Amino acid sequence: MSSLAALPELSELIPDLLFFIFAGVAIVAAMAAAVAPKIVHAAFGLMATFFMVAALYAMLGADFVALAQVIVYVGGILVLLVFGVLLTARTEIKLGVERGSTKTFAVLAGGLLFLVLLLAIGGTTFPTPEKPAEPEPTTADIGRAFLDPDGMLIPFELASVLLLAALVGAAYLARRRRSDA
Amino acid sequence: MSLLLVITLQHYLVVAAALFCAGLIAVLSRRNAVAILIGIELMLNAANVNLVAFDHYNRLPGAINGQIFALFVLAIAAAEAAVALALILNVFDSRDRIDVDQIDTLKG
Repeated sequence: MSSLAALPELSELIPDLLFFIFAGVAIVAAMAAAVAPKIVHAAFGLMATFFMVAALYAMLGADFVALAQVIVYVGGILVLLVFGVLLTARTEIKLGVERGSTKTFAVLAGGLLFLVLLLAIGGTTFPTPEKPAEPEPTTADIGRAFLDPDGMLIPFELASVLLLAALVGAAYLARRRRSDA
Repeated sequence: MSLLLVITLQHYLVVAAALFCAGLIAVLSRRNAVAILIGIELMLNAANVNLVAFDHYNRLPGAINGQIFALFVLAIAAAEAAVALALILNVFDSRDRIDVDQIDTLKG
């Protein structure tokens, strides 16, 4: 058997390759978001992580969740965070960087937790099928589940009310009070 | 030896574990409240990766509960970020700082 025939088709390798690219960039960007000295850089690392995680969702066949991830996280939460950074930018200059010992302990704790999680993942056998189901469009199924009275209708409506209450509360909290004090 | 490596559930779990630990490091080491919020978002994303991965690799026919749960987490995260940033702006307005170890007015 020639070695050439043993090589898998290039097209079969592409999904694996993509997974490792997405996962690698996601982890590197997440670490950058965790330890970057400037908060704006951390926010950009977070943006890269969000995009890569959305790509991982797409690879897992979760097309709607991937799109919602980009819209809600990148379009909403990240913009809020950047506004927060900009509106409170003075503290960065005034107070400098974190203490070294805190960072050392934090990295130690994170590394230890990662080790424990790795051991737990490696030591568990998950009852997964040999071959996962072929990815199909999920948007219609999600919509039906959300509007099914026997399904997720009540949690869905509760989530809407929670969002409304949280946003009204946020607008109330964020109003400026100093001028009338 | 085959070059073809099958991506399994465990691969995604390891990625999620790494993201969670990055978030934990951010939450533990940062003093700026916005940076702590960034760490919390990383941890929520890690949990979501797990949910979607379990959904993909262990799906009953016609059930997409993992993805629906991930969407609920997404909605809660949006609400949480809005309220947290409103609180941070409020604290900044009255104290001129958002470093969590300096906001200690209640400290005896």
